[in-house]
Amino acid sequence: MTGTALLQLSGITKRFPGVLANDNISFSVAPGAVHALLGENGAGKSTLVKMIYGVMQPDQGEMHFDGAPYAPARPSAARARGVGMVFQHFSLFEALSVAENVALGMNKDAIGKDLNRLIIEVSESYGLSLDPARFVGSLSVGERQRVEIVRCLLQNPRLLIMDEPTSVLTPQEVDVLFETLRQLSSEGCSILYISHKLEEIRTLCDRATVLRGGRVVADCDPREETAKSLAEMMIGTSLSFPERQEPDLGDERLVVEELSAESPDPFGTDLVDISFSVRAGEILGIAGVAGNGQVELMEALIGERATEDGAIRIDGEPVGRQGPTERRRRGMCSVPEERLGHGAVPDMSLWENVILSARTRKGIEKNGFLDLGIAHDFAREVVDTFNVKTAGIEHTARSLSGGNLQKFIVGREMLQKPTVLVILQPTWGVDAAAAADIHRALQELAKGGAAILVISQDLNELMAISTSFAVISEGRLSEPRPTGSMSIEEIGLLMGGVRSSAGKGASAGKGASAGQGAAR
Amino acid sequence: MELAVLILQGIIVAPIPLVFAAIGELVVERSGVLNLGLEGMMILGAIAGFSVALDSGSLVAGIAAAALAGAIAAGIFGILTQVLLSNQVATGLALTIFGLGLAALWGQGYSGESTAPLAKIHIFLLSDIPIAGPLLFAHDPLVYLAFALVAGVAWFLSKTRAGLILRAVGENHDAAHAIGYNVVAVRMAALLFGGACAGVGGAYLSTVQTPFWVENMTAGRGWIALAIVVFASWRPGRVLVGAYLFGGVTVAQLHAQGFGIDIDAQYLSMLPYLVTILVLVLISHNKARVSLNAPACLAKPFFAPS
Amino acid sequence: MIRLEPRNEVSKGLLYVTPVIAIGVTILAGVVMFAVLGKDPIRAISIIFLEPLTDSFAISEMIVKATPLILIAIGLSFGFRAGVWNIGAEGQFTVGALSGGAVALALYEVEGFWVLPLMCLAGALGGMAWAAIPAFLRTRFNANEILVSLMLTYVAVLLLSVLVYGPLKDPEGLNFPESRMFHPAATLPILIEETRAHVGFLVALAVAAVAWVVLGRHIFGYQVKVMGQSPRAAGFGGFVEKRVVWMCLMISGGLAGLAGLFEAAGPVGQLVPALPVGYGFTAIIVTFLGRLNPIGILLAGFVMALTYIGGETAQIEMNLPSAVTGVFQGMFLFSLLGFDVLARYRIRMFRTARTAPLAVQTAVGE
Repeated sequence: MTGTALLQLSGITKRFPGVLANDNISFSVAPGAVHALLGENGAGKSTLVKMIYGVMQPDQGEMHFDGAPYAPARPSAARARGVGMVFQHFSLFEALSVAENVALGMNKDAIGKDLNRLIIEVSESYGLSLDPARFVGSLSVGERQRVEIVRCLLQNPRLLIMDEPTSVLTPQEVDVLFETLRQLSSEGCSILYISHKLEEIRTLCDRATVLRGGRVVADCDPREETAKSLAEMMIGTSLSFPERQEPDLGDERLVVEELSAESPDPFGTDLVDISFSVRAGEILGIAGVAGNGQVELMEALIGERATEDGAIRIDGEPVGRQGPTERRRRGMCSVPEERLGHGAVPDMSLWENVILSARTRKGIEKNGFLDLGIAHDFAREVVDTFNVKTAGIEHTARSLSGGNLQKFIVGREMLQKPTVLVILQPTWGVDAAAAADIHRALQELAKGGAAILVISQDLNELMAISTSFAVISEGRLSEPRPTGSMSIEEIGLLMGGVRSSAGKGASAGKGASAGQGAAR
Repeated sequence: MELAVLILQGIIVAPIPLVFAAIGELVVERSGVLNLGLEGMMILGAIAGFSVALDSGSLVAGIAAAALAGAIAAGIFGILTQVLLSNQVATGLALTIFGLGLAALWGQGYSGESTAPLAKIHIFLLSDIPIAGPLLFAHDPLVYLAFALVAGVAWFLSKTRAGLILRAVGENHDAAHAIGYNVVAVRMAALLFGGACAGVGGAYLSTVQTPFWVENMTAGRGWIALAIVVFASWRPGRVLVGAYLFGGVTVAQLHAQGFGIDIDAQYLSMLPYLVTILVLVLISHNKARVSLNAPACLAKPFFAPS
Repeated sequence: MIRLEPRNEVSKGLLYVTPVIAIGVTILAGVVMFAVLGKDPIRAISIIFLEPLTDSFAISEMIVKATPLILIAIGLSFGFRAGVWNIGAEGQFTVGALSGGAVALALYEVEGFWVLPLMCLAGALGGMAWAAIPAFLRTRFNANEILVSLMLTYVAVLLLSVLVYGPLKDPEGLNFPESRMFHPAATLPILIEETRAHVGFLVALAVAAVAWVVLGRHIFGYQVKVMGQSPRAAGFGGFVEKRVVWMCLMISGGLAGLAGLFEAAGPVGQLVPALPVGYGFTAIIVTFLGRLNPIGILLAGFVMALTYIGGETAQIEMNLPSAVTGVFQGMFLFSLLGFDVLARYRIRMFRTARTAPLAVQTAVGE
């Protein structure tokens, strides 16, 4: 095995303060293989690939690339050896052009005279059309990923690392990406594919290394495994998903009617004519690719940005002009997408962070003065009830791990007993057991008569918990339908901007072009 | 006619300190750092340039000393903000207060002295052209250097790889770090360049324009230069427009006093400051445009994840 | 290799210790500076930092200088917490003195207990009006308040000068650019006999106490903190940025204006062009040295006042320039900001441990 491996890792260990991120990791990637690195959030995948790409260095262990010792001190050294990487959070510069972005990611001597022509050539030969002169800020998420990929391809990589590449793509875009990756692999380029999506790995990869808690727990051929067996390797315990019960719907609690709003961010998404309602006991799930207006919709719903007064109503009362505090008084709580710096103040303690959104409903604020005792008690209640792992409520929000902070914020909102809850990515970054707890809590809240709006990129999650379902794309919302009445294909087309109501012509056109892209 | 040429010559020379300071700060801000210590670096450059020029008898040595003084001051700012991660606004203010104090201390023995003016370069034949000649082709070398610097920065930022890296660092320092660029090193280099420019700008004031040393002689020019960078939307060419707008107003108000316009001198002296505010308002009111032009990481601390 | 690691919790202990370390380092730097200047460093340091503490008159003068510093710094601390950078307190101070002083001059020889309170009100309103300009321009036109408030300082100083040369000039004077001395009814009562320490100091103490309560227990104090640390979280919490900007500038402008009036109606007793002596700028240092905390600001105000008095003494006794004060103040702030890193980060020493030989990648990489 050692003889043929392109990349071989032996005993790689990396420590962070208080965490052993990678513990004695060894595996190898064969030439031309599509090799999956599978694991949950926090399993240590990202740390490992950053070491392979030279962003950080291992504390112990060694790597070999193409038979020779390999220890890149910086990414440029990795690139010089033929290792390219596409990051999960793109390392792109919005205010620079595609060509400039590509140039930045290449080593100096690798840039030829006519970069623009090269970009067009490479992007077309892999079915990833790109205009080198455009500003990255004006590109869609899928197009941005192409910039990253083209940037790597221009350096004729021998190993391409992809970090969770599909989490931001529509199902159709995923198909195009897989075609590209297969083409690369057939040309002899190895691909190290990081993901926690089991089906994807089963379709695409011919080898998989499974990480859990920073250790290698399995090495297998994913095509010979089932999704269930892969999941068990990844998670370690078997799962119980909440049972879905027939909802008992009450009155309309949250009504949104013809909501339109321009985004103040030049690269943001405008909301166009959004209408829907959520009844007591209903969980409306909204799916969509990131950056299609989810954040803007949430900001309008919770009152961070004012809209037409009648465009949003809570229990019949127009609230479009009211701020978040008044809306909370009316019963609306919310969990924003970004935990640190939006849902919580990073450098404030947990008890200070409960004042942020719970001061009205929990009676912490009276005549402008704060009752710090109540804030402490409530913070403790959140920590205990939602099993937040922290040394104490005096600790800052920043000191919590991503998943624990998510539990804290979700708990802070749910324990205020909202009658309307708007929640983005409810289980982002939490482990499977905690995710199941949050799902159960959401369903109980709904059963108790709350109207819940869940906005998520995780289709599986939405399918599991929502009672009705809609898709947001380019700031427009499809008509909500009962969950389960839509096929994955239909949802995929909606996510790709093809509206079901827009007639066959449009949808066929888009579908065809996507298909063409894949075929090329 | 003679007088008009003289006044126009004055208008051409007056904004030169602003041009130096603003073009340096522009590079600094394009790399994502806000150095509010411009005033402090300018005044340090002014006294360093003046004292060295006077003591050594060489204006060139004076200008070099000014650049060095400005760069050292910027280096202190850089260590504090980039390595020790202190707040950029507070550190910039500290630099200004420190610079004004140190310059006053340093310049204690130099009040009332005067340096020899910098020889003007008369460009052969061209400077003999009536009116245009003296206006355009008969200035000291630093005037030409200032213009060359603006052109050089414009070229550097748009045409060179190093300039591209600098812009990238100012735009998204996390991404630049992830790709493998040394954010802190790039920013330190920009800061040192900006400091040297500010120092030369200050020295131009004390050794060429006046030429003598007075405490607080920069009189807010560092702050005006900061406003010019905003005015210029972080584009080098527009720095000249901004500097000449403010310089023109300053000269105009001086001459208005000379022409005996019946307004208290103080009201006229307010003009450059009021114009700065006005221009700032006009430029800033379009929030979307400012956010499109401003380096996205301006004044944000960068902490390299290990 | 040295590496910074963010602390889970900002170290409260170090937060209090670092200002003391900063003062120590500044004094050390001062020793070096005096040695370079060829002055006896030990004597200079002792004149500046110790002697004023042993002299009761010097202490009363410290109160005189600390009063405006504390008042202004407490006002600024709200804005600095919220990310509202009012750098033009000097201008608001000047306009406050001007408007309050104008009231005193207009009501010259009018006796009444209400004259002084009216002057105070006018002073505070004057400062607020001056601070309202950057507030309006930032909230309405997005103009940077740092630059606007600073530009307005130059304008305010010129305005004071033009007015005392003109309409406010002493009608019975010798054509000097200064107003007449305020009527006794329009001057601040003295706190300690035979000194210039005035009741303004008690006001400063009271303001510090109120600020302490507001910052720790009131929603406004909370709002200001959230806004400064995380504007998006503030929006989520339902706090309106524009309102916070206005409030912070009104508070700092009002207190700076009041401080200006106290200066005019206290130790100076009239309006003169040289009234603004830089308290508005020094107060910025006081604000940071006091850790944006009212109690800390009280202490820091005295430390800064000490450098003023000590600097003046050193000027007389050792022929040191008054600029020494400014240098010390700048160094204070530098070292404080530098040492702050200790409170926010843990400093870890590393030996770079790499098992793979370093030479390999360079050898193959080229």
